Amino acid sequence: MGQAVERIAVPALALLASAIAFGLLLVVYAGVDPLEAFALMYQGAFGSWFSWQNTLTRAAPLILTALCTALPARLGLVVIGNEGALVVGGVAAAAAGIAAASAPPLVAQLAMAVAAMAAGGLWIALAGALRQWRGVNETISSLLLTYIAIALMNHFVEGPLRDPSSLNKPSTWPIGDANMIGTIPGTDVHWGLAFGIVACLLAWAFQRFTTWGFAMQVIGGNPKTARMMGLDVGRYVLLACAAGGAAAGLAGMVEVAAVHGRANASLAVGYGYSGILVSFLARHNPLAIVPVAILLGGISASGGLLQRRLDLPDAAVVVLQGILFVAILASETLYGRPWSRLWKAREAG
Amino acid sequence: MADGSLGLWGVPLAMLAGAIRVSTPFIFVSVGECLTERSGRINLGLEGTLMMGAMSAYGVALASDSPWLGVLVAAAVGLLLGALHAAICQLPRVNDIATGIGLMLFGTGLAFFLGKPFIQPKAPNLGAIELGWWSDIPQVRQALQVNHLFLVGIVLAIVLAWALKNTRWGLIVRLAGESVDAALAIGVPVGRVRLIATSIGGALAGIGGAFLSLYYPGSWNEGLSSGQGLMAVALVIFARWDPLRCLWASLLFGAAGAISPALQSVGVTQGYYLFSAAPYVLTLALMIASCSPERSLRGAPGELGAVK
Repeated sequence: MGQAVERIAVPALALLASAIAFGLLLVVYAGVDPLEAFALMYQGAFGSWFSWQNTLTRAAPLILTALCTALPARLGLVVIGNEGALVVGGVAAAAAGIAAASAPPLVAQLAMAVAAMAAGGLWIALAGALRQWRGVNETISSLLLTYIAIALMNHFVEGPLRDPSSLNKPSTWPIGDANMIGTIPGTDVHWGLAFGIVACLLAWAFQRFTTWGFAMQVIGGNPKTARMMGLDVGRYVLLACAAGGAAAGLAGMVEVAAVHGRANASLAVGYGYSGILVSFLARHNPLAIVPVAILLGGISASGGLLQRRLDLPDAAVVVLQGILFVAILASETLYGRPWSRLWKAREAG
Repeated sequence: MADGSLGLWGVPLAMLAGAIRVSTPFIFVSVGECLTERSGRINLGLEGTLMMGAMSAYGVALASDSPWLGVLVAAAVGLLLGALHAAICQLPRVNDIATGIGLMLFGTGLAFFLGKPFIQPKAPNLGAIELGWWSDIPQVRQALQVNHLFLVGIVLAIVLAWALKNTRWGLIVRLAGESVDAALAIGVPVGRVRLIATSIGGALAGIGGAFLSLYYPGSWNEGLSSGQGLMAVALVIFARWDPLRCLWASLLFGAAGAISPALQSVGVTQGYYLFSAAPYVLTLALMIASCSPERSLRGAPGELGAVK
């Protein structure tokens, strides 16, 4: 009972603290009434069916990129190369889509998904392999790989895959309207949301019900014990990194095949970085990722309204995300504190 | 025309110029992070600190017309962000790597938020010392325009290397980084040492940011830093926590970053974007070469979690 209360109370406290800090910033710097701002944010995120659809559309890539941090985190790894995996996935999807342009749509769409997942998976698996066999810190290597991925994207978009008619914003050739994956019937939300939710359910079931999932938990708990038990740690590291990278790569495919229709710099707009935040806020639990991603998708969806109505810079929502991240991390320290022991004592007594 | 006159010699010259110009932020961030990590803490949030430093320096220089006041304020802002990181990490069970990522997001977001009004106006520049007076070739003269902060950074690296090795204060920092138990046993206040080391590291990163906005590239916009703050952290690792090696590594980085514009200036445009990845590939390659799964890195502070 005490633990359950703690699990709700501590994040709620962190949320409240971030709201106060952000509100203070708004008052002091921008002279904006924070209550009005929060009301607007709610309206922009969840106030109407229109804003819900906007929120869910933004949540979809966050769910998929969050898995890129969450799956390796099960093994105790801190992977933050989500943005890079998304970008290589998007470029691979565009290349596959262009190559398969004349194939039946379903074949082309499958080819795009497979190419994106393979590219993203290999990208993060590389960080995992370097960690396992060369001892290179995966946090830093995965981040460096992100910058390399963006350089590669620029190379392809400006060079081999460039559509000469895209003057202002260099882009690849379009994949063609027939090959777009479209929206969930009855909504303006694209299929990426469904992909993300299914991926989270699969990840959860894998971690909860399979032997491999259990082995990963053992490794995350204590790698030395795991090795003594004869677990092949390297194989699990590669598997978790590849799966996480594949999820982020799929996010790139969705961006290409459901939103932009081609690969260009719009791929690297920070979904990957927000995905890291989502994963940490969800404490790397695949099921918790979905609601957290919707919450953060809502925050970013409301940025436009804040900008239009209150004349706040669009970075306001990034500041709020940063405050939220730091507050949640700092609140870790509150777990198991004396006051919660008090709870347990009362229960026992 | 002047560009073509040197032919292919323009490439190494431009790389030298790049090493001098581009390396300064790397020097400040990596030397500061070196100090922080020697005290047993890692600060991944320096990218955010760098952006906050760049923004506040530009804003202050614009308002006061004094770029050096801007540098000072950037250092103060960096100091505060470093102290914030240290204070949060001091809480029990808080992960310093994750907190660093959080503060990176926070710092960049806040810099964009507060810096919106500074994108258009032009702030005064820090200016440079002309060390190329002896040459008639304009490219050489241009390459040898050296900003004061570059020289300050070199002195700083040398002083820190000496101080860590030879002073009582340096010994205390190293002790806090090597073994908390040993440090506590002889009465070293580990928490306070790390707080100070992290704050100084943040202040130096802030100055690095001021260089970006006030000298080179010398303007404030949201694409000002392309991961310099993070690369500097990686750079400390392959410099094996030695401030002098941080200095050499920073120069190498600056040169690598100048490859693709240099090649373009002599007419090699093929693979421009691939060459722009050179610093990142170089970092990764050096990390692969210098790391090993069997033992922790030579020179690594014993208490540093990220490299175990």
